[in-house]
Amino acid sequence: MSAPTLERPAPDETALQQQFDATIAADHRIEPRDWMPEGYRKTLIRQVAQHAHSEIIGMQPEGDWLLAAPSLRRKAILLAKVQDEAGHGLYLYSAAETLGADRADLTDKLIEGRQKYSSIFNYPTLTYADVGVIGWLVDGAAICNQVPLCRSSYGPYARAMIRVCKEESFHQRQGYELLMTMMRGTPEQRAMVQDAVDRWWWPSLMMFGPPDDDSPNSAQSMAWGIKRHSNDELRQRFVDMTVPQAEFLGVTLPDPELSLDPETGHHRFGAIDWDEFKRVISGHGPKNAERIARRRAARDDNAWVTEAATTYAAKHAEAVA
Amino acid sequence: MSTDVTAEGGHGAVPTGPEVPVEPRAAVSRRDWPLYEVFVRGKRGLNHVHVGSLHAPDDEMAVHAARDVFTRRNEGVSIWVVKAADITASSPDEKDPMFAPSGDKVYRHPTFYEIPENVPHM
Repeated sequence: MSAPTLERPAPDETALQQQFDATIAADHRIEPRDWMPEGYRKTLIRQVAQHAHSEIIGMQPEGDWLLAAPSLRRKAILLAKVQDEAGHGLYLYSAAETLGADRADLTDKLIEGRQKYSSIFNYPTLTYADVGVIGWLVDGAAICNQVPLCRSSYGPYARAMIRVCKEESFHQRQGYELLMTMMRGTPEQRAMVQDAVDRWWWPSLMMFGPPDDDSPNSAQSMAWGIKRHSNDELRQRFVDMTVPQAEFLGVTLPDPELSLDPETGHHRFGAIDWDEFKRVISGHGPKNAERIARRRAARDDNAWVTEAATTYAAKHAEAVA
Repeated sequence: MSTDVTAEGGHGAVPTGPEVPVEPRAAVSRRDWPLYEVFVRGKRGLNHVHVGSLHAPDDEMAVHAARDVFTRRNEGVSIWVVKAADITASSPDEKDPMFAPSGDKVYRHPTFYEIPENVPHM
């Protein structure tokens, strides 16, 4: 006969599933040590990890302009913004880790191309106006996506998103202000802004993902409270928000079919080139290889710093002991 | 579209189908920095509140990293870090036995007691 133990029998899975479903149905949050279905956990890791990767890779297109920003003021702003992206990545890796992922391993998976980041960052930033347009359109689209995620059913993700959204507002406003300044400048500067808008508009619309009838996972994610609005809903919201901003700025959005539908109050817009989206996301965008190569270099070239810190910590711990 | 793509995650649509691996592999040459949980006191008079976690080689570096990650906009006047491994927590599946005893003691709340409206300062 074995000795009695304090271990209880494993709780029955049906009861756990019911408790999970009840928490979701009541719009309460799932917290890290709660039981959760494997599908929920894995879907969340994929989603949070790609989001974190996007923030980290997202430092690069704008980072390219850090040394070329036209004034100390603009440089300080851009530096703060790029630093924020790093912070956003870290909040999100922190959330992914509560699901059993490992931060360093996620970075390895990114570098090996086994996990992806947003396709938007595979486009080049050709002129300084791109910095403004990224803040206005790319971060504007990100805000549309991210605000509903502040109510995500997974607590750590929702809390990370609240922090991110607060900071994202600065990103969008600094971009718009930059563009307003350029639009008050020379004809060449105004042309630069229009050129940047022409290049970034369609990729920004693609950020919301494939149309609803081509989004196989959406229904499950909606049921789990990981996703709150459909891709097309968010895309429409973004277009409706952006059109008056473009008018105020004095730029033309590069879509001849863009028009207000007086019946619905929403803007209609032209067809999105999903073939381009597929090409870019599968690794054939203008900058895919460079983005990953730079991330790899950051990991490998700085390895000596992490090693030195580890060695110092170990020696210090020995001295104390 | 051949693969599942989700737009959730802020900056846009990314493949998130079952072909995307999620489970960590066994460590090969990876740094082995402990996980720290971070608590920030927003301002004087408030409690420290949990804000997230980070990896750092030692306690001091953890405080420095926490400052950069969590207080870039005056979000705090004091930071605590503690190794996640040193935290003891109640177990989620003990939910009922652990907290049920307080559930039925309504007399511990002021609203349990009926006092006439015209009694002042109550």
